[in-house]
Amino acid sequence: MTRIRGQKDLGIGAIYFALGLAGFIIARDYSFGTSGRMGPGYFPTIISGLLILFGLIAMLRGLLHEGQPIGSINWKGLALITLSVCAFGYLLETAGVIVALLALILISAAASERFRFELRAAIGLVAFIIVCAVIFIEGLGVPMPLLGEWFK
Amino acid sequence: MDIFANLWLGFTVAGTFYNLFYCLVGVFLGTAIGVLPGLGPVATIAMLLPITFGLPPESALIMLAGIYYGAQYGGSTTAILVNLPGEPSSVVTALDGYQMARQGHAGRALSTAAIGSFIAGTISTIMIAVFAPALAAVALQFGPAEYFSLMVLGLIASIVMASGPLLHALGMILVGLLLGMAGTDVNSAVPRYTFGMPLLSDGLDFVVIAMGVFGLGEIIANLENEADRSVMTKRVTGLLPSKEDWKRIIAPILRGTALGSLLGILPGGGAALASFGSYSLEKKFAKHPEEFGKGAIEGVAGPESANNAGAQTSFIPMLTLGLPSNSVMALMIGAMIIQGIQPGPSVMTEQPTLFWGLIASMWIGNAMLLVLNLPLIGLWVRMIAIPYNFLFPIIIVFCAIGVFSVNNNAFDVYMMAIFGVVGYVFRKLDAEPAPMLLAFILGPMMEEFLRRTLLFSKGDPSVFVTRPVSAGLLIVAAVLLIAVLLPSVRKGREKAFQEE
Repeated sequence: MTRIRGQKDLGIGAIYFALGLAGFIIARDYSFGTSGRMGPGYFPTIISGLLILFGLIAMLRGLLHEGQPIGSINWKGLALITLSVCAFGYLLETAGVIVALLALILISAAASERFRFELRAAIGLVAFIIVCAVIFIEGLGVPMPLLGEWFK
Repeated sequence: MDIFANLWLGFTVAGTFYNLFYCLVGVFLGTAIGVLPGLGPVATIAMLLPITFGLPPESALIMLAGIYYGAQYGGSTTAILVNLPGEPSSVVTALDGYQMARQGHAGRALSTAAIGSFIAGTISTIMIAVFAPALAAVALQFGPAEYFSLMVLGLIASIVMASGPLLHALGMILVGLLLGMAGTDVNSAVPRYTFGMPLLSDGLDFVVIAMGVFGLGEIIANLENEADRSVMTKRVTGLLPSKEDWKRIIAPILRGTALGSLLGILPGGGAALASFGSYSLEKKFAKHPEEFGKGAIEGVAGPESANNAGAQTSFIPMLTLGLPSNSVMALMIGAMIIQGIQPGPSVMTEQPTLFWGLIASMWIGNAMLLVLNLPLIGLWVRMIAIPYNFLFPIIIVFCAIGVFSVNNNAFDVYMMAIFGVVGYVFRKLDAEPAPMLLAFILGPMMEEFLRRTLLFSKGDPSVFVTRPVSAGLLIVAAVLLIAVLLPSVRKGREKAFQEE
């Protein structure tokens, strides 16, 4: 198997192609209409078609031309940051904002190479959560429960 | 004179205690977040946008504009003190500004940047007041065909300043347009790309996309190389430029202002292009070009004035045509829509207090920056010194709570997480997300203008080239596209981005 020469072109091309194809297939359920009376499917179909075209060109370029490799991917950061935000979303309405913030900060902070437990950082964390709760709930009136239904 | 009457109206609006307060808050928060390395104006505005939802439209826009030029200014401070430009427009400031700081002239570099920005801000505020009404008058004659062509031009122009291959940037525009289609079609009430989820029936929220892509995506990318930063924590002394300095900086400031104002108006231009242009211009004009890159004060004065002027005048197309020339302006348009204001030429006639209040507040904001920042420099230095591993969880907290507060819905938080991944992947593949955000906001408007144009012409697309203004706009777009494809321009463009 030969080495893929333009990894970035091929990668983005595949994404464009997949998005375009999905957009195109879904848009077939919407009436296309005519140019004079554009239906809800008219514009999406054109956009998706162009996206498929661009995807193909980019993939072709990736196969034929020398390009830069993608380079190392920060899997740890990607996974932990995404997880932390999702955990926040889930815990906010179930466990309340205090637990949700705690989870968000600890999980995301673990994505850093320099993450370690320190007493000063822990105190800072508690203070920060209290300040956040006061500013956002009391000050700006964001309707977040301090403690969620889990504690009731 | 009309202009003076209008500006007077603006100052009476911007000068109320309430609006002065929000201007100050915006400028302060913008600078504070702008000095933090790794957070540019786009992420800053996206993060703070939800705070402004509850404010009246004037105050909200005044505060957002304050955040914008505050963040610009803060970015320059970081560029000078840490050699870490937070945004493309302060890349060139770092070249000579950081060298000046290393030689112990941090104070002079900072004050030069502040004075240059203020002079540029003053001149470009007047320019906006003069040119915006004229442009709006022209724009009022525009029909749907002209608007469609104008938006095509805006999108094409946005890729000129996008880094990475042209093909990738063009694709990002299409992705943005497609994302903009999600939600209920205004004409037929058919839900499109909602996957049966009622939460998507209003479409995706641009705050969610902006925070995901520019906030989370950037953080994940930044975590790849957690390099140590050497902060110039030495006491910053000698804040005021000497008499000799004044002589050296005044011409570069004026040239930078002229260049920046001009480039800022062009769609796709804005601050970054202006600062690059000004730097090479000053190098040509300088008596000692060999000093450039080694701490030439002209290399700070010119680009800093240019990027502030460009940042200001990029409001002109946004306010008069409803056309965002960069992602910050795209966010401003989004903010206007949330406030229930339809962006376009009618804003000036229907909302004169908003329009002129915003313009007057820009000058007030710039004055505040000048007065505030030099004394507060110690605070900024301390903020820069916060290590990134403490900083980024805090940023994520603000993003998460901010996104939640838009609709008070956890669904948006999950969507933001998804767009964080999307943003990181696109960055890894050299596809810059800024054109995508622009296209996302313009997408629904473009579809509507296309529909109306074709309805009037009974399905004949040739109106786009037979109506002179529309044809002219499309020709400019085509020329721009060809120009970017030309090998010589392409090389220059790549070189400009490699210097970052």
